[in-house]
Amino acid sequence: MKGWMSKFKASFALVVLALVLSGCGDPFLSALQPKGEGAGMIYDLMILSIVIMLFVFAVVMVIYAFVIYKYRQKKDDPDYIPKQTEGNHALETLWTVIPIILLLILAVPTVQYTFALADTSPDVNEEGEEMDSIWINVTGAQYWWHFEYEDLEVSTSQELYIPTDRRVYLSMVSQDVIHSFWVPSIDGKMDVNPTGNTNEMTLLAQEEGVYFGKCAELCGPSHSLMDFKVVAVSPGEFEQWVQDMQSVTGEETPESQTAQEGQELFNNNCIGCHAIGSSPNKTGPNLTNFGDREELAGVFDYNKENIIKWIQTKGVGEEGDRMKPGNRMTDAQYDLTDEEAGKIAEYLMQLKPSDINPENARDTSYQDSDLSSLFPEEEESEEDSEGDEESSEESEDEGNEEEDQQEDEENNEE
Amino acid sequence: MSTTARKAGFGATLWDYLTTVDHKKIGILYLIGGFFFFLLGGLEAMLIRIQLIAPDNEFISAQFYNEVLTMHGTTMIFLAAMPLIFALMNAVLPLQIGARDVAFPFVNALGFWLFFFGGVMLNVSWFVTGAPDAGWTAYAPLSIFSEGHGVDFYAIGLQIAGFGTLMGGINFIVTVVNMRAPGMTYMRMPLFTWTAFIASVLILFAFPALTVGLFLLTFDRLFGANFFDPSMGGNVIIWEHLFWIFGHPEVYILILPAFGVFSEVISTFAKKRLFGYSSMVFATVLIAFLGFMVWAHHMFTVGLGPIANSIFAVATMAIAVPTGIKIFNWLFTLWGGSIRLTSPMVFALGFIPTFTIGGMTGVMLASAAADFQYHDSYFVVAHFHYVIVGGTVLGIFAGIIYWWPKMFGTMLNEKLNHWFFWLFFIGFHLTFFVQHFLGLMGMPRRYWKFQGEQGLDLFNLISTIGALFMAVGTIIFIYNVIVTQTKGQKVSGDPWDGRTLEWAIPSPPPFYNFKQEPLVRGLDPLWVEKMEGDGKIKPAEPLGDIHMPNRSFVPFVMSLGLFIAGFGVMYQGGYWILAVIGFAITAGSMLYRSFKDDLGYHVHKEDLEDEEGDGSNG
Repeated sequence: MKGWMSKFKASFALVVLALVLSGCGDPFLSALQPKGEGAGMIYDLMILSIVIMLFVFAVVMVIYAFVIYKYRQKKDDPDYIPKQTEGNHALETLWTVIPIILLLILAVPTVQYTFALADTSPDVNEEGEEMDSIWINVTGAQYWWHFEYEDLEVSTSQELYIPTDRRVYLSMVSQDVIHSFWVPSIDGKMDVNPTGNTNEMTLLAQEEGVYFGKCAELCGPSHSLMDFKVVAVSPGEFEQWVQDMQSVTGEETPESQTAQEGQELFNNNCIGCHAIGSSPNKTGPNLTNFGDREELAGVFDYNKENIIKWIQTKGVGEEGDRMKPGNRMTDAQYDLTDEEAGKIAEYLMQLKPSDINPENARDTSYQDSDLSSLFPEEEESEEDSEGDEESSEESEDEGNEEEDQQEDEENNEE
Repeated sequence: MSTTARKAGFGATLWDYLTTVDHKKIGILYLIGGFFFFLLGGLEAMLIRIQLIAPDNEFISAQFYNEVLTMHGTTMIFLAAMPLIFALMNAVLPLQIGARDVAFPFVNALGFWLFFFGGVMLNVSWFVTGAPDAGWTAYAPLSIFSEGHGVDFYAIGLQIAGFGTLMGGINFIVTVVNMRAPGMTYMRMPLFTWTAFIASVLILFAFPALTVGLFLLTFDRLFGANFFDPSMGGNVIIWEHLFWIFGHPEVYILILPAFGVFSEVISTFAKKRLFGYSSMVFATVLIAFLGFMVWAHHMFTVGLGPIANSIFAVATMAIAVPTGIKIFNWLFTLWGGSIRLTSPMVFALGFIPTFTIGGMTGVMLASAAADFQYHDSYFVVAHFHYVIVGGTVLGIFAGIIYWWPKMFGTMLNEKLNHWFFWLFFIGFHLTFFVQHFLGLMGMPRRYWKFQGEQGLDLFNLISTIGALFMAVGTIIFIYNVIVTQTKGQKVSGDPWDGRTLEWAIPSPPPFYNFKQEPLVRGLDPLWVEKMEGDGKIKPAEPLGDIHMPNRSFVPFVMSLGLFIAGFGVMYQGGYWILAVIGFAITAGSMLYRSFKDDLGYHVHKEDLEDEEGDGSNG
């Protein structure tokens, strides 16, 4: 009877809590509206701990309110001397043992989840075979993020594209100071340390969406401006995005005249730091799909004026430095007029190598895929991903994916 | 003696305090110093909250914001909370155990002046180079890369202040071990003395880790060492370990004496002996012991791996047990009591639910997996303000108000104290309760700006409004202090109907504290005498000469030397001369102190007999 009562109370508290908490914050930022595997596990743990703690709090507050109400000094008897109790062994044992039990209830899933979240072994499919893992090398730098898809010859910055319903594996290291990689609605955070302390974690988004990512470790003046996005698209769309990104060489000629001039200026001034295509250069953010970015430099409105302003950021203390104080581009060696910067902006804004962009994460279309086309059978070995010139060859292996396709609505790839 | 002091001019009073070795005066110095830095830290907090009143605010610059947040944390922990706790320890601890002073009065003064000059040095950075900007945790390599001399001021300033704290800690350990009055056994010590004693033990073991860390940081920054440079074989994580091996015990150094204050206050104003005294002592010792094995819970996201994370998670949860014991013991001290709602008691009663919430979120944070979401978010900010403000700061204010009559012989205005409490308390919860949610909603800590339209606007606004309430409350307290001290109405030795030894002597006590060493006949000795005797403490010795230490200017000079040397080490080049001068001053003072026989002086029996009406010792 008692057990049933407490069970009922607990589940009632859970429902109320969940209702209150899930109203909190932005659905693509809040840890209280989990949309990923890790965030979901942590959310459950959070609710469990809150329920236990609210129980403790209720007990404390009931006694507290009672004693203050009941044992105030009586006006008619201010000289009353209470009994000087030394203690009570039964009571003291009680409030030692009960907390221990409550903590054990929390400690067991804590340990379980701590191990589960740290597990980066490959997934197995229904037949029990190990699936190919998508490993992404994440680099944190003041104040931007770089993502290099290992074995896939794809690099991008600021916006991390991942497939939904498929675990991706992150290997993280910093170029300068300690950063921390945090996408609250998908998973908890993990520090990004300088060389020597590489961290690994997994991400699994359960819903499509453009999620906000933040740097969670103080890393300098623009720590609060080091935002990034995680663009979770359906596996089929992700597959297409990867193939489109693989085909970029950086030498494609833009259509408009201004953009062509911009490309030349870019190649003369910016290419030393900013790569287009899968180059390993990560002095500055990779700009392969810059045209699809939703924000400039993580936090600013994406428009031509802001891009020009940003390019002209050179020189500490000037306007650009105020945009993102302490950023490294202020030390760069180039000299451009606003008109030239405008041409570069024109060029950058048309860099849209893929039909897949953040809009695809927001629409309802879902394309399934097991992504096997991204992992050609024969060459599983770890060839070093330095060779950026061969990136266009990848697409020929598309053939062997058809038999593994499940419930496809419209497979527009073949 | 006391009449002449009151009539002395400003210069004489100043000289008196610059050279004093009397624990009561050093307590007042700590109080003034700590409270000054508390106001400074509060001002920095207000700047932070104004900056975050709205999204994308441009009130202060990013660099300045980082300096402000760093100095807010550093100031509040090292220069406000610690010295204010030392103020209470100095003012009360020797009285509670029936001692005439601390074991090493000279070292006590030295400890204060080192803290003072360390604190001044830290704040000089504002004017000469920009304050440190790498957070109060100063994680490498951000602290290594930080430009200017800000972080050097942090490292050297804290080093100097840290020496002072270490000396203070050692001093109190020796005092408690050696200087207890006859009959004052360990298990008869008031709980404040117990917690101060345990906190001192924590200082003794925790501060050396900080000292080592700061030396490594100083050498990396100033002398080209590479302890934290991965490319030279160093490792940045070492700093985190060293910092938190110090940093976690540090939070218990801050909270345990506050627990002690609440134990005294609750017991006095419930008119009951502390419920479960021995389990309270045991819980204190256990918290301190466990406090050394949980430091890595500040580092769950660093990548230590699931085994280390799990061990530290479970160890951390274990601390909730002794803390819970304490909460229930306080509640059951109140149970069946005769509760007087005086202002110290109201602070204590405000503390119980607040700290319970802080403890609850503490257990939540201990859950390593869940901490991946909480860590370095506003949830953590809310948590540690609930324990540090809700625990330590409320405890400090409860203690200051409770012992104010003992320290100054005057009584703060009760009505104003209540106003202060309610404004501060409501403001506190407005400011920090919503921050739990801000954190869970995805706002990381130490953010100069937050973006609009991400659902963070409202709670940040509420938080800033709450901070204003706290500021107004604090201003009322300052007003209260000024009014009380200018009026200067005298109170008796025992205005609260106290239970412990300090209330058996006049307020403020004579400089020798006890005319005759008191005889302690039980826990709450004064209460025992009130119930079973004539309400007066029996002397344990016949009236005799009292040996007192001489005043000395050396502690001030010795600390000043290190202060000057710090600048030389920092600026180098032509400024090396400052280092030479500074170290010479310090070494010279040490030699002077070592070779000069200073045997103190005696207060003669006849003079003691002349003094009357102090109500002590019959």
